[in-house]
Amino acid sequence: MSVISESLLIFTRQMRLSLRSPAWPVIGLFQPALYLAFLGPLLVRVAGAGVDGLPAGAAWRFFVPGLLIQLGLFGPLFAGLSIIADLRSGVFERMRVTPVSRFALLAGRVMRDTVVLLAQTAVLLAVAYGFGLRAPLPGLLLMFVFVAAIAIGLSALSHGLGLLVRSEESFTPLLNAAAVPLLLLSGILLPMTLAPRWLDVVSRLTPFRYVVDGMRTALYGDYTGSVVMAGAAVAVATAAVCLLLGARLFARRNT
Amino acid sequence: MTTSGAAVPIIQATGLTHTFTVGGRTVEAVRGVDFEVRPGEIIGFLGPNGAGKTTTLRILTTLLKPTAGRATVVGVDVNADPAGVRRRIGYVAQSGGTDGNCRVAEELILQARLYGIARHDAVRRAADLCDRLDLTGLADRPMKTLSGGQRRRTDIALGLVHQPSLVFLDEPSVGLDPQSRSDLWAHIRRLRDELGTTVFLTTHYLDEADALCDRILVMNHGRVIAEGTPDALKRRISGDVISLTLGGDADRAKAVLAECPGLDEIAVSGQTVRLTAEGGERALVWLLRTADRADLDLRSVNIARPTLDDVFLALTGSSLSENDS
Ligand SMILES: Nc1ncnc2c1ncn2[C@@H]1O[C@H](COP(=O)(O)OP(=O)(O)OP(=O)(O)O)[C@@H](O)[C@H]1O
Ligand SMILES: [Mg+2]
Repeated sequence: MSVISESLLIFTRQMRLSLRSPAWPVIGLFQPALYLAFLGPLLVRVAGAGVDGLPAGAAWRFFVPGLLIQLGLFGPLFAGLSIIADLRSGVFERMRVTPVSRFALLAGRVMRDTVVLLAQTAVLLAVAYGFGLRAPLPGLLLMFVFVAAIAIGLSALSHGLGLLVRSEESFTPLLNAAAVPLLLLSGILLPMTLAPRWLDVVSRLTPFRYVVDGMRTALYGDYTGSVVMAGAAVAVATAAVCLLLGARLFARRNT
Repeated sequence: MTTSGAAVPIIQATGLTHTFTVGGRTVEAVRGVDFEVRPGEIIGFLGPNGAGKTTTLRILTTLLKPTAGRATVVGVDVNADPAGVRRRIGYVAQSGGTDGNCRVAEELILQARLYGIARHDAVRRAADLCDRLDLTGLADRPMKTLSGGQRRRTDIALGLVHQPSLVFLDEPSVGLDPQSRSDLWAHIRRLRDELGTTVFLTTHYLDEADALCDRILVMNHGRVIAEGTPDALKRRISGDVISLTLGGDADRAKAVLAECPGLDEIAVSGQTVRLTAEGGERALVWLLRTADRADLDLRSVNIARPTLDDVFLALTGSSLSENDS
């Protein structure tokens, strides 16, 4: 059996479990709409008036990428919780005794998280359109590519960490401690053009800074400029490194 | 070496060792274990809690890398080609491996497919196994709604669904009622008789080991301290205990009966002479004839075979049934 068909088997199982959980689809799809419902009314005002560093009317194109990254930081980044549950129930060990490739055990789970985040992205973009987001179609499509890379990276990293940490009690605070600084440093909430020099430098050491800038630029209609390219390169490279790391952790035997 | 059809071992462990490190302290769970299992054997692993049975199984199923030693499983070295070993075995873990939100049949089909079995075939096998392990009515139920024993039977089905030639069952019958337990035994025997499956199981139930296993390995403190057929183990430890109750002089009887062939021990308490002897039946014939000839006033005779529990007591200094809380 190929790694792809093995991954698809695992993906199907995980996806079925997600869809079966009564909370998941509701929260998963409702959550992005809720973000917009709470942010939208404020943004309509900002978009009309224009604020420092934000050209009037561009507010939606500025905030939507940030919201997408936030969805990633609260979804795939915490996906490792499920591997801890599988470790505890013995499901993971049961699967590790089958001949299925270790990579497929990770990839099937990462695929589930990616599909969920892509679905959330579609909902968020649709609702944002209703609120007044206007952006060229290729720019919107690029959002899905960025989001896929973010989901793959965060989910793979989270699953790998889950295997290392092995307890929800340490895992959740650990990720919270990482997620909030990443969020602040990315310039998701406020543009990093406002930052003093030292903060700007620190921010440039984190991947989401480049990713969010690239996503915004894509929504402004520039698909080939250096900012989009840098954002895409950082997103793909981060995803690749995280996937590699996750795969290594999944391949370990003495756990 | 296999001229008479004596097959190559399906499991061969040599100097198998595993040491855990917990918080800077080391736990020597398995300390140099050697054994062989022949194809088609049902082999039982007995030993008190913490003896190292599960750890040994986890090494043989490639979940743990041995700290030292080697093992080949179905002809494949566990260190050199773990994936090759996994293709050839089944494993049911001591604590199971089911998710409460998954459904029985669904999970069985997935498990078969993870072994590369085509979908329609997987569906058929899952249904067949549900039938054999009395899970049919439960096939579409989420596992969290199953009783403990039903869930245990699902664990077992998951380990067998791909019909491996070698299966490891870690305490398969824990939590099963007597009916399910004897169904499980019947299923295990049928696997061996019909498919030639080799079964390596651990158990704390001495009656289970006695009834089911061709051979037993007794483990204690990380070492295999005895091995043999259940009968051989029992014979080896103490021989049969024969008690003769007499109407007359027990001491005279003792003097006469002390000539008994194969006698290990003889003692008198009150009106009873108690003997331990190899091969109790033969000794009994001799004893009865001799008692008759010597005109002993024999009132009653009792012969008791040692149980595996006696064996256990003698080997480990502790009774397995007391140990198993
Ligand atoms: N993951 C682990 N980390 C540290 N020590 C362990 C680990 N697993 C087992 N041990 C220790 O290794 C020893 C052997 O354990 P093992 O589980 O193999 O025993 P067992 O014979 O299966 O016992 P039981 O009959 O209770 O199932 C025990 O002392 C146990 O505490
Ligand atoms: Mg055990």
